[in-house]
Amino acid sequence: MTDTQAPPADNGVNVAHLLGAREHLTEAPEAAEFQFRAHCDWVNGTHSRTVIDSYSGLGAEHMHRQSFAIEADHPEVFASQDNGASPPEIALAALASCLTAGIASVATNRGVQLRSVSAKVEGDIDIQGILGIDGDVRNGFNDIRVTYDIDADASKADIEAIVAQSQKRSAVFDIITNPTNVTVEVL
Amino acid sequence: MHTTVVVIGAGQAGLAMSHQLTAASIDHVVLERNEVAHSWRTERWDSLRLLTPNWMTRLPGHRYQGDDPDGYMTSADVVEYLDDYQRAFSAPVVSHTAVERVVARAAGFDVHTDHGTWATDAVVVATGACSRPCVPDVAASLPAAIRQLTALEYRRPDQLGEGGVLVVGASASGAQIADELQRNGRQVTLAVGEHVRLPRTYRGRDIHWWMDAIGQLDERYDEVADIDRARRLASLQLIGSPERRTLDLNALITGGVDVVGKLARIVGQTAQFSGGLANLVANSDLKQNRLLNRIDEFIAETGERCDLDEPWRPTATRLATVPTELSLSRFETVVWATGYRPTYPWLDAAAFDRRQRIIHDGGISAIAGMYFLGLPFMRRRKSSFIDGVGPDATELVLHLRTYLDQRR
Repeated sequence: MTDTQAPPADNGVNVAHLLGAREHLTEAPEAAEFQFRAHCDWVNGTHSRTVIDSYSGLGAEHMHRQSFAIEADHPEVFASQDNGASPPEIALAALASCLTAGIASVATNRGVQLRSVSAKVEGDIDIQGILGIDGDVRNGFNDIRVTYDIDADASKADIEAIVAQSQKRSAVFDIITNPTNVTVEVL
Repeated sequence: MHTTVVVIGAGQAGLAMSHQLTAASIDHVVLERNEVAHSWRTERWDSLRLLTPNWMTRLPGHRYQGDDPDGYMTSADVVEYLDDYQRAFSAPVVSHTAVERVVARAAGFDVHTDHGTWATDAVVVATGACSRPCVPDVAASLPAAIRQLTALEYRRPDQLGEGGVLVVGASASGAQIADELQRNGRQVTLAVGEHVRLPRTYRGRDIHWWMDAIGQLDERYDEVADIDRARRLASLQLIGSPERRTLDLNALITGGVDVVGKLARIVGQTAQFSGGLANLVANSDLKQNRLLNRIDEFIAETGERCDLDEPWRPTATRLATVPTELSLSRFETVVWATGYRPTYPWLDAAAFDRRQRIIHDGGISAIAGMYFLGLPFMRRRKSSFIDGVGPDATELVLHLRTYLDQRR
């Protein structure tokens, strides 16, 4: 039930640093206030490009090692040009990558060596919602399923517990499963 | 008035402390705002029974003598049990005396009450962990037409109308209240957050018998990896019933209760629930099975219990499609079973941290001469159980005695 005294595992995660940060931020909660940002420009049609380069936290401004760009568009079946993944697909990617990062961290903390981790993510969406055909149909996903295939030095129950703990500590899992206040303004 | 130790609260914790102080010949009084076992008399719903079996209702120098060791006491039984306990060693309880202020002085404390002031060397706070219901902020967003009550206020189904009920919280209180209301003709929706699932009996014995036997209930606060998390853990999803039945989400769903995720917020006439329930139930199932594995290992190691039933595992929790939004028009009443907090309005700010939690190390306050008793996982996993206050009181009296000796 506890995470203590597990043998070291190397999954490329600096768990000692994370645990140190947890201890430090317990004493200095103001430093735990982060802000993440993205800057999106319309390109043409339904194509947009979002650039992510800066964030704040630990009481300071930070730059990513490099600027990252995400192309988004709609697929050809919507008569679009398919210059990038659709925004809902990017949301699925965010969920899977967040959970996967959590799995690597939790596994390391529990001394579990990972060999491979892959996730299939499926989101069911009824586009009668976004097309305004049926007001009772929501715009977003009705159901999201993530299926992990994990090869690791651990029992199935231990792997399931790692995946469960990863969900418990995942930002994007929380963002998707719980409502969030969103304000959109125009300059 | 002067005494060596003032104990505040005459429930199981205060009486256990009084018993151990008496045994150590330490002069003391037990101040009680009403009478012995007041919250057992007035703050429990009618059908409530203890989650622990009768044999486990152990206090220092006192044990269950009845003919049903595997049964579960009602609140009235507990009141009688504690009354007997008080009489058995003539605990110096000062009833109907409410503490108004505890002031630290250089030479101890002044305990101000509505019937005068006690000067004392030490104070033991034993007022319980469930003084105040913990209701989330979202309660303020509910329309006035919906009646709200907390688990502390709930008594019986006919207190409510016939309409639908949203019970928020699925630990012992929430699960039991949801079950009782559904059995009494209300359509209940249960909003489920983190919860601890357990079968009532396993391999023919009560789950608490096993937890006691394998030493889980004796795990100490300074030996667990994350004591803050352990102390925040929800109460066990159990019910004490004559038929010793299991009360888990499967049982509630079978009984007709609709199960949804944690209540997230109210928007207009809609309640929104977390979509993360599948993970919470998977986690509960995993933790339950880990405990059952531990019990099986214990049986294998100790070897002699060949009369036991075969190992088995409860059916994984079966959730149907779980809605994440519901119209509030379904609900006439909302019952908040979202936990309890202790309150100490008569203690100085120095006793608390910045989150208004008392600062203590296994019940020993940062303020010299002040002690706490009966809080969740205070010194051991069972600290908040009736069975746990005795060993905690014994250890605190050792510390207290050293403290008193050093002052002389």
